[in-house]
Amino acid sequence: MTEATRIRMMSLSLIVGFFLVWEGLCILLNVSDLILPRPSEILVTLWTRFPVLWPHILQTLYSTLTGFTLGVIIGVSIGVMIGTSRVAYGVAYPLLVGFSSIPKVAVVPIFVLWFGSGTTPAILTAMVICVFPIVVNISTGLATTEPDLEDVLKTLGASKREILWNVGLPRTMPYFFASLKVAITLSFVGAVLSETVASNRGIGNVMMTASSNFQVSLVFAGLIVLALMGVALYAFFSFLESRVTGWATRGTDIAVT
Amino acid sequence: MNMTSDISAQAMPLSTTPPASTGGPVHARPALELQDASVVFGSGPQAVTALSPTTLRMDRGDFLALVGPSGCGKSTILRLASSLIQPSSGNILLGGREAAAKELRIGMAFQNPTMLPWLTIEKNVMLPLKIVEPFKRSFQRDRKGAYRDRVHALLAQVGLKDFAGHFPWQLSGGMLQRANLCRALIHDPDLLLLDEPFGALDQFTREELWQILQDLYLDRKPTVLLVTHDLREAGFLARRICVMSARPGRVISDKPVTLPQPRDIGVIYSPEFVEMTQGLRALIAQIRK
Repeated sequence: MTEATRIRMMSLSLIVGFFLVWEGLCILLNVSDLILPRPSEILVTLWTRFPVLWPHILQTLYSTLTGFTLGVIIGVSIGVMIGTSRVAYGVAYPLLVGFSSIPKVAVVPIFVLWFGSGTTPAILTAMVICVFPIVVNISTGLATTEPDLEDVLKTLGASKREILWNVGLPRTMPYFFASLKVAITLSFVGAVLSETVASNRGIGNVMMTASSNFQVSLVFAGLIVLALMGVALYAFFSFLESRVTGWATRGTDIAVT
Repeated sequence: MNMTSDISAQAMPLSTTPPASTGGPVHARPALELQDASVVFGSGPQAVTALSPTTLRMDRGDFLALVGPSGCGKSTILRLASSLIQPSSGNILLGGREAAAKELRIGMAFQNPTMLPWLTIEKNVMLPLKIVEPFKRSFQRDRKGAYRDRVHALLAQVGLKDFAGHFPWQLSGGMLQRANLCRALIHDPDLLLLDEPFGALDQFTREELWQILQDLYLDRKPTVLLVTHDLREAGFLARRICVMSARPGRVISDKPVTLPQPRDIGVIYSPEFVEMTQGLRALIAQIRK
């Protein structure tokens, strides 16, 4: 058994162990299932209620991914603008920091006011919550591009745009993909947040409704679903990162002399 | 072409005296000419003169080695020639015209090979063909055909034919520097600028690369400006050696190398060679005092 497999198996045992301990404690301490349901109960609820949950899962996924895509487009545009111009960097940064410091839960009521409750504020919240990390990473990646790399093209007489396209952006890809992992997680949070507060669809809404009806098992089922979705999204972008930016982590081939 | 320098420390304005452009057809004008060019970084009491007003002239096909102690301004002259920095006073002419409107194609190789790590060696060497006219215009059409063959032929000349598809981190320093030379020559430059390209390599690799460079030079006859601190390198490769004084740098000696080309590597142990390098060494030792 290789080291990697061993670690993976230990990780799996930890997760299973966590649920076993949870189950055990609930039985032992006779915890009421209005407070904390047992994992076995949650699983049953998940299984029986799945057809009902599925459209809500899709709804949350849709809001997350749409908001995320818009956030990436805007984040990359702003990031490139302020990463390539020292002036723009100094001028725009304070404002950006100001915007990003606002807790997004405060922004949801404004979106609801403008666009009504439902999908639109969810998409918009997902979008604004993930813009800043992308802007920061892209602009940092561009601003810290090694001058030596740029000189290679400068001595050939390349224009600023050619340098950006051939050196700046490829060099920034590791930073960009790192920020995507953060951004997708944040988008997810933003979408669920908005659904919880102002929607009649989506997992966030399901949990809210279930909570008010004391269907605690369903609430926890929703929680488990959210966790699984979050992990899946993160894992997808992690995989994408390793494929595209393999050069940055020096593959496994040995060097030739 | 507008080259905006991002060395904001340079406070001195560009020279306002119009350059004395030597007339005649392009191929007859000197390849490179410094007319009292100087470079000062910063201003006021903290100003550092990297290069004192220097006059230097190179004809087409010339091979000039610049030697001198550390910090004498050798690399500054190279950066002036490549338009990475502007002179604080005086002029620099390439092909008889001001650097800003240069007609010459320039190839440059630094001490650090600086291959773009996300590209294969082949794509790295092909990079100048993507940027420089007249190759740029047909890049999309030729990159899988004519240009690819061109790159492979040049890589074969330096012994890297089998490594075209490798990534930079898979190659040793010597191999990367060979690829660097290829990248500097792929677009048939008129002026080749070399900034201590073999400084980080061991003696065997260095001697090998001297011979490769000599072959490439005699084959294509670009104008070459080589900055080096290795006197044997200068003596073996160059047709002319300029010695610079310590900071602020000035050219204090400009002598031709009379040994016939092509030179065998064994020439570096011949009496005339040793005498020449010892003379240079004595001169430099004098400067450093």
